[in-house]
This record gives sequence, structure tokens and C-alpha cells, in this order.
Amino acid sequence: MSENHVPRPVVASGEIAVRGVSKSYGEAHLAREVVKDCDFTIERGKLTVMIGPSGCGKSTLIRLLAGFEMPDKGSILLDGQPITGPSRDRLVVFQETALFPWLTTWDNILYGPRARGEVTPQTLEFAEFLLNKVGLREFRHKYPTQLSGGMQRRAELARAMINNPQIMILDEPFRGLDAMTKELMWEYYANLYEESGRTNFFVTTDIDEAVFLADRMLIMTNIPTQVRAVIEVDVPRPRRLADMVTSDRANAVKMEALAILHEEAMKSFSRGSKAAADFVEAYARRSAKA
Amino acid sequence: MAARKFDSKALAKGVFSILVFLVLWEIGSRSKQWIALDAFSWLRDMLEAFGFRSKYLPWIGAIPAPSAVLVAWKDVLFDAGYWHSWYMSGARVFGGFIAAMLVGIPFGLALAVSRTVHGIGFPVFELLRPIPPLAWVPASIIFWPTQELSIAFVTFLDAFYTVVINVVGGAKSIDVRFFQAAQSMGSSKADIFRRVILPGTLPSIVVGSAVGMGITWEVVVAAEMISGGGSQVGGTSGGGLGFFIWNSYVGGSYEQIVVGMISIGIAGYISSELLRHFGKYLTPWLRLR
Repeated sequence: MSENHVPRPVVASGEIAVRGVSKSYGEAHLAREVVKDCDFTIERGKLTVMIGPSGCGKSTLIRLLAGFEMPDKGSILLDGQPITGPSRDRLVVFQETALFPWLTTWDNILYGPRARGEVTPQTLEFAEFLLNKVGLREFRHKYPTQLSGGMQRRAELARAMINNPQIMILDEPFRGLDAMTKELMWEYYANLYEESGRTNFFVTTDIDEAVFLADRMLIMTNIPTQVRAVIEVDVPRPRRLADMVTSDRANAVKMEALAILHEEAMKSFSRGSKAAADFVEAYARRSAKA
Repeated sequence: MAARKFDSKALAKGVFSILVFLVLWEIGSRSKQWIALDAFSWLRDMLEAFGFRSKYLPWIGAIPAPSAVLVAWKDVLFDAGYWHSWYMSGARVFGGFIAAMLVGIPFGLALAVSRTVHGIGFPVFELLRPIPPLAWVPASIIFWPTQELSIAFVTFLDAFYTVVINVVGGAKSIDVRFFQAAQSMGSSKADIFRRVILPGTLPSIVVGSAVGMGITWEVVVAAEMISGGGSQVGGTSGGGLGFFIWNSYVGGSYEQIVVGMISIGIAGYISSELLRHFGKYLTPWLRLR
């Protein structure tokens, strides 16, 4: 069986419009506004990366996009249709891993099709294809606890992709991996994205990850979160990590993003955030060197 | 998945520790003193200086020595009545235990899944739970038409509580991301129940049933003693191991008391071991860390 001819279903990529969305938690006067009048678009077929200080409300936005929660104000539209709940159209790949520990790699990947009763010979062929694609053919009968961190994330990517979502939402999927595995995962994931051409929305706090992966970068303000700036990362694909390090454009984007993140950190620093203090200090040291 | 290698070192350690225990017991029993060895006479003197007199403290010598127990055991080993006691207690334990699983698992899952069931069922459950099973013995003798059923009921009761508490706790501690993941992949409610809640709770069910099994043995023996042995089918041996002990006590055969005690230890160990193996078989993903 040739890997090239596997009949992958044609993906209709989606576009998400977030319009004036607000979300608070807590009761009445204790309520804390986490997202405020947030506006942005996740463009069709592009890889949009959202980056912002940790604890800025990115995960809240993900829950809203996925439909696990509803906004207090504003609307979220997928191709013009308002989002009313969770759906396979918008699949979330979670922080760390959410593979079912009681299922083997193979059964985890097939969870979605089985849940919807859509297991056809074509699905199985596609599952086989994905299993090879993420390099886990030898690990098909292993349980998640028997896989390394990197393998778990790859299995998770395959489990999401078999459902052919119109948009993949990834919430810091590579957090907690060691630096080397992480970089391998970037190339891996970028490759999967480039092949599929699907709309991807990727949330991170890691600037290098953001610059390497993004077509568009949304830089968020501190809480209550809004889009502070949008940067188009017009570095040609396919990208290699080695090329990105030496690319002037990539470095310029990185410096620009860092400057904005620094401003945001300064604001929360003046409000007494310890995490921001670390960032401000590291940034100062870095600019002194440059 | 490589099968666990047979660990001869661990076995040797186990055998050694049991042998040491038996030897100390034998010495203590024969010396007819509460602290047997003269080497420990300083301890004896010290305790006496603090006002402990040997007549206040139990003599190990009052307990039959292992050698005497062994002789008594040999006498009952080919006695059908002794084995019938095993059978009666075992049947009660497994009957009560299986009933507890059959009722407890669905009830626990219902408590965990449905707010309505939880709201109605949980307060009553929590009100009844602190009542020790042995406090139920008199009431259940009145409730149930036969002695046998009342023992089975008391046996069932505590295993039931343990199973329910574990199932509820297990189901509630399932990571919310598993539900979110299942939902976004298109799982229906029934599908989430069958493919997320059930396997996610299984480890807690296994743990709960192991604990429940231990409690069942404790309770059955006490219930047999108190209720006077249940059905008198097969004479005194219809009473199970609990009644076997009680009967030995009444009959003044102290060696047989110990035989009965050790028999329960062995029976409990065997049932726990069986359950552990079954549990491992049910949750293959847990043994592969």
C-alpha cells in the first residue's frame, strides 16, 4: 500500500470569527472579567498562533471556541454559523495529554469514528495511514502510559486528525516536553499542517514555537484578554528549524513580538505580578546583550 | 508485556518471616510467661517497676503453641465438618460480596452521574453508612425470615457501602478533559457513559471490591458468632468458620480456636488474591507503568 494514494477525505477548512466576546467568572461583584470585547479571525487554511502571558485567559478562549462554555457577550461564528456546543468540527488537542489511558493507541485514534458509528474500511485505512504518519505503527497496541511524552502528543494529533475537523484547536500541546523533543514536535506538526492545509489554531506561551509555526500571530494583552497585535509571519514554507534561526525575517518578527509582550508584562508587573517580573528581567538582560 | 518473573527472593523472605514468627510463638507459648526469653528480663523488670504485674498482662503461654495447633489441625483436616465450615463461610462471603457488587456498582454510578439520584439517594446512604454492620445483626435477624438470609444481609451491607463510596469517588475524579475530548469527538451521553465513565471508574471498582472483600470476611465471622451459626444444616458445621471458632471456645478446645483463626486468614488471603488477579485482568492498562 503506497502512502501517497491513501484516499484522505477532502477537508472543508473552516474560518472562525470572534466578535466582541466577553466572559467573566464568579458571582456578581466578585466577578472577574477574563475575556473582554475580544475580536479576531482565525483565517481559513492558515495556522494562527495565539501567544500571550500565562494566565491571560487563553484557555478560556479555547473553551469558548470549542463550545464547552458560552460567551457572556458577543458571538463566535464558524463559517457564519454561531457555535452552540462541542462538535467534531472544532477539535481540541489538550495541554499535556488527554488520551484515554484505558485505550491502546489504535483504539484511541479510532475513538471518534467509533463514537459516531462511522467506521468504514476507508476510515480504517485512514487510521492506518495516520498511525504510520505519526510514527507509531509499532506502538499500536500500547497503552498511553507505555508511550513517551512525544509519542503521546503524536498519538493525540492523529486522534484529532482522523475526525477531519474543519479547524484544529491546540492548547499548548507540547507543554512539558523537553527542549529537544519539543523542537522535533514543531517540525513534525508543521509538516502535518503543511500537508493538510487545514485551519489550525495554536495557543502557546513560547515565542520560538509561535514564530516557527505561525502564518499569523495574535499577541494577547494581559487579563482581561484582548488581541493586542497581529503579526503576519511571512516566512515561506516548508520551514526548517535551522533556516528559521538564520532567517532575518523570523528574527525581526520575534523581536517585534517580544517588544509587545514586554510592554504587556510591564503593565502587569506594575500591578504586582511575579511572573511578569521574571520576564521583564530576562528581557532587559537580553536587550543589553543585543 | 512480559509476565512478571517469579521472584524466589521475595518468597524466601516471606517463608523466613513466617518461620521466625512461628518460632517466637512456640517459645513464648512453652515458657508460660508473658515475656518469654530471659534475655528480655530487664524489660520485664522495667515494666514491673512501672507497676505492670505479670498477672495484668496476658501470657503468650495461655495460647496454644503452633505445634499443638498443628496437631489439632491434623485432626480436623479430614473432618468433613471442618471443610463444610469453610464452604458455608465462603458461600456467605461470596454471596454477600457478589450481591454488593451487583447492587453497589449501578447505584454508585447512578449517584455519580445523576444529580437527581445523588440528591435523593446520598443523604439516606450517608445516614446509614456510619452504622456498623454488626449493629445490624439483631435488626436483620428480625427482618429476614431465615438466619441464613440475615447473615448474608449483614455481610452484604458493608461491602456495599465500600463499593458505592469507591465507585462514586472514582467516577467523580475522572479528568474533565476526557469528557470534553469525548464530547468534541461526537460521543453521545450513552457513549460517554460506556466508553469514558465505565472504564474510568473501573480501577476504583477493583480497589473498592478488594477492600470490600476483606470487610466481608471480617463481618461474616462476627455475624456467625453472634447469630449462633445460621442454618443448622449439617449440625454445628453449618455455622461456618465463625461458629467453628465459637464452638471450639465453648467446647474448650483452644487449639481449634487458633485453627479457625488461621483458616480465616488463609481464606481471606485466597479471596483477595483471586480478586487481585481478576482486577488486573480487567484493568490491563494499569499494570504497564
